[in-house]
Amino acid sequence: MKIIVCMKQVPVKDSLLKITDDGSWVHETDLNYEINESDHYALEEALRLKEAHSGEVVLLSMGPERVREAIKQGLAKGADRAIHIDNSSFTTQDPFVNARVLAAAIKREEFDLVLSGLQTDDYGSAQTGVILAENLGVPSATIVMEIQKQNGGIKVKRELESGWFQWVELPLPSLLTIQSGINQIRYATIKGIMMAKKKEIKALGLSELGLSESDVEEGQTGLVFSKIYVPEKTKKTEIFEGDPREVAQKLADKLKNEAKVI
Amino acid sequence: MSNILVVAEQRDGTLNRSTWEAVVGGQKLAKELDKEVTVLLLGKDIKDLADETAGKGVTVMVVDHEKLADYTPDGYSAAIKQVVEKESPAYILFSHTYMVRDYAPKLAASLGKALISDCIRYKMAGDKPVFVRQVFQGKIDADFTFDGDGPYLVSFQVAAFNADDLATGGSGVVQNAEVNMDGVEIRTKVLEIFEGVKQEVDLSKAERIVSVGRGIKKPENMDLIKQLAEALDAEIAASRPVCDDGWLPLDRQVGSSGQTVAPKLYFAVGISGAIQHIVGMKNSGTIVAINKDPHAPIFDIADYGVVGDLFEVLPEFIKSVKKL
Repeated sequence: MKIIVCMKQVPVKDSLLKITDDGSWVHETDLNYEINESDHYALEEALRLKEAHSGEVVLLSMGPERVREAIKQGLAKGADRAIHIDNSSFTTQDPFVNARVLAAAIKREEFDLVLSGLQTDDYGSAQTGVILAENLGVPSATIVMEIQKQNGGIKVKRELESGWFQWVELPLPSLLTIQSGINQIRYATIKGIMMAKKKEIKALGLSELGLSESDVEEGQTGLVFSKIYVPEKTKKTEIFEGDPREVAQKLADKLKNEAKVI
Repeated sequence: MSNILVVAEQRDGTLNRSTWEAVVGGQKLAKELDKEVTVLLLGKDIKDLADETAGKGVTVMVVDHEKLADYTPDGYSAAIKQVVEKESPAYILFSHTYMVRDYAPKLAASLGKALISDCIRYKMAGDKPVFVRQVFQGKIDADFTFDGDGPYLVSFQVAAFNADDLATGGSGVVQNAEVNMDGVEIRTKVLEIFEGVKQEVDLSKAERIVSVGRGIKKPENMDLIKQLAEALDAEIAASRPVCDDGWLPLDRQVGSSGQTVAPKLYFAVGISGAIQHIVGMKNSGTIVAINKDPHAPIFDIADYGVVGDLFEVLPEFIKSVKKL
């Protein structure tokens, strides 16, 4: 089974985010990065499928030079090789454009399965995987919690809302977006880290992907991003800070005498 | 006619309650833009549901077809695409449910148009709506607009609008839309739908809930949460990561994949407040949040916020409560 794992590198979860003066994005220089959580689970699931059914796991990551760190981490965990697309010149929040570029890279490979996380922790549009499947002409299933290989296809458990689930069957090749918590993520071993150094990371640019500047142009789907900002608060929040004991007493008093909920 | 199409979601002849929220969003937008709302209903043998829906005074368009008996991404996106090509709506609105996440991006891609997903609201800038969605898991808001020809696709977060605000009193017409599904291949085979976690605890009935998130760090620390819950006479709940790690049973999970609650007191400990959690508890009476990150989005919806180390504050708080 040849599996391609789409993996994004995102700022670590509790990063202190500072918005640029023009509101175009956050200051990225001081940030630390990690593998997007649900992509991490997708990678683990791919490694488990490979161990059970043999095959190959190829990492695909788009982003600036720094994403090579995430790629190396994935290779150390057991992925066989990787593809890196440097998108510094065409960074966009439009999932349609990002999916087109990823599709161009995947079309160069024969594959049985494409896995990605269900959404990224930064943009969070939860769209790129599904659009990617459409671009590749393969069926997809989202929010997947279990994968079983069958003759000629797969059977997957999709999460629905409020504790409900659904089993669906798909032929191969297909694309799945993986829910966090589907498995327990492994740690890289020292041996894995050593072996990763010899593994291939192929860098691909637009021309190698057969794409032109116009293919990655902003606005082709009608999407216009204007700015980001600190959320407008809808509720007045009373904040307590400082000495734990004083804070605790004040809060207890408020809950008893003001909110009257205890 | 340049219309606003709201795509309804049904399973076994029952509408998803968030459909009405999306309809309310559509009605508000329609008022701003001087347009009409049509609710699109897809399925097989859904006449009763169509009549029931139209009975609330909204115009309903029904697509009834064998290939739409079960929801599949192939069936739904092909059918909606045909309706859209025929009707040329200005906007197509959805509620950002797990089903919509599964097919709406595919539909948008097949139309070559953008979908602004998981919006929390819109605001008008002149005569143009600006759609607001959250990035970085709710820590930051982002503004998006559409340019060029429609249709414009937008999905709204669950509870972005209040279903009680539904404007009734329209004519309640039911129209039938014909689609040709002959060439549409349904590649996904739908098997059973089942309830995965037996809900043994009904958190929706709890008056007070202590809810714990990633910030608790280790399962050993759950004891502190138990003491807090006892002191407050509260049920214990959790955000998803805590249940994923097995520190609490899955039926104690609050959020989009767990239970929806609205207790008198919701006491969030070490929960950052990702959208998936917030949709499950934002209608609680009094919300208290303890978190060491002053920018955690949970503080945006909290009535009382403690910025600090929960391991220092909670033992003192438990003492204070016991003294009351």
